[in-house]
Amino acid sequence: MSTTTTEVAGAAHDAAKAGMPQLDIATFPNQIFWLLVTLVTIYLILSRVALPRIGGTLANRKGTITADLAAAEELKQKAVAAEAAYNEALTNARSEAAKIIAAAKADIQADLNKAIASADAEIAAKAAESAGRIDEIRAGAMAAVETVAKDTAAELVGALGGTADASAISAAVTARLKG
Amino acid sequence: MAGEAQSEGGLVFHPLDQFMVKPLFGEGPVQWYTITNVTLWMALGVLAVTAIFVFGSRGRALIPSRAQSVAELGYGFVHDMIEEVTGHDGVKYFPYVMTLFVFILASNMLGLIPGSFTPTSHIAVTAVLGFGVFIAITLLGLINHGLGFLGMFWMKDAPLFLRPIIAVIEIVSYFVRPVSHSIRLAGNVMAGHAVLKVFAAFAPLVLISGFGIIVTPLSILAITAIYALEVLVAIIQAYVFTILTCVYLKDALHPGGH
Amino acid sequence: MELEAAAALGKFFGAGLAAIGSGIAAVGVGNIAANFLAGALRNPSAAGSQTATLFIGLAFAEALGIFAFLVALLLMFAA
Repeated sequence: MSTTTTEVAGAAHDAAKAGMPQLDIATFPNQIFWLLVTLVTIYLILSRVALPRIGGTLANRKGTITADLAAAEELKQKAVAAEAAYNEALTNARSEAAKIIAAAKADIQADLNKAIASADAEIAAKAAESAGRIDEIRAGAMAAVETVAKDTAAELVGALGGTADASAISAAVTARLKG
Repeated sequence: MAGEAQSEGGLVFHPLDQFMVKPLFGEGPVQWYTITNVTLWMALGVLAVTAIFVFGSRGRALIPSRAQSVAELGYGFVHDMIEEVTGHDGVKYFPYVMTLFVFILASNMLGLIPGSFTPTSHIAVTAVLGFGVFIAITLLGLINHGLGFLGMFWMKDAPLFLRPIIAVIEIVSYFVRPVSHSIRLAGNVMAGHAVLKVFAAFAPLVLISGFGIIVTPLSILAITAIYALEVLVAIIQAYVFTILTCVYLKDALHPGGH
Repeated sequence: MELEAAAALGKFFGAGLAAIGSGIAAVGVGNIAANFLAGALRNPSAAGSQTATLFIGLAFAEALGIFAFLVALLLMFAA
């Protein structure tokens, strides 16, 4: 079982009988040498190329995400501001419209009042004129009634066979009419 | 050994043959410069690392491709680990820790390819890793804190009469660290591969005897299950080696616990 | 010859005894995992931050099992 292990590393079966390959001291320098070469290679590859690149990519991504979030926040603020401005404009427009409406109402009211006043004046004038004319007509009618009454009275007196002078009849009729 | 008792066509148990270090070209003794299967599989490991971490991250895309995701996952995993365990001042040793992690992981995973060779199953390799970490961290602690680093062994919280005893225990456990650190990795990997080989040796029993009808499917099932376990072990051992390195690094950066 | 055979027998006995250590380490690893799981189920929010501690504990427990395995291997193949 305790065959010498050192010279037979090449031949598989002999070495397998000889014991664990892990304890074959003859292969240690070889493994350690290649291990150091490998470790240095990996270290150089990682520290010179891979890690800065990946770190840069990750930092870049983080930066982009932060910037995007900030931009989104800014846009949100802008949208809020725009909404506020819109609401303010709307309120202004409303109050402006109310003012215009009030002014228009006042204008219309003034015009209306003026028109009513002028119409009233016209109506008053027309009414006065009409009253004058009615008085005139009434006076005319009175005179006509007197004339008719005098004529009728004279005729009646003539028909009854009396004679009366015109002035007596006229005085009598006038007295009756007044009576 | 069961294999020797069988006849020429019997079962062959050589579970440790897979760990042989052989020259890649021709026969002969293994010199320190000889190109062996160790060289081959370590070179393949370097290639795998390059493929993932250099070509994978080539795009530098904001929305990563698959290979880039893997590279970033590995980067973030080790980076977070070292930051969590050692704090901010440990981050400057990140490339060294990353090198260890990536080498162990690549060599463990490549070793799971059937017929391959696993450098991390060799105590010579893991001892260099473990003692390298041990020496580097001890020197780092002594340079950073001078003799104050030795205060790590002198527990200020303990009762005075217990302190020398605790100091002895602490010193012994400190010097056992690299041994357990390296043997844990090599032992885990070696044990798993040897168990796989033992089950694999049972698999051709159906060609030899009637028991094979039962034994062969069982052994194939066992190989599958152990293989899955070994994939897990390959990753966990790389993780454990790295996180223990971080823990030791924390001791060197902040001796005395905090 | 007798002595050599006895020595070989002793090696295998020793290796078998050493392998018991692996089983005992398995008990330890299971104990750690079980306690972690029990604690994690009680307080799931704290579980994530303690995974590293879990693995460190598992590694320490398992290392001793690996030592036993190593002793077995050394007895079988190297002694």
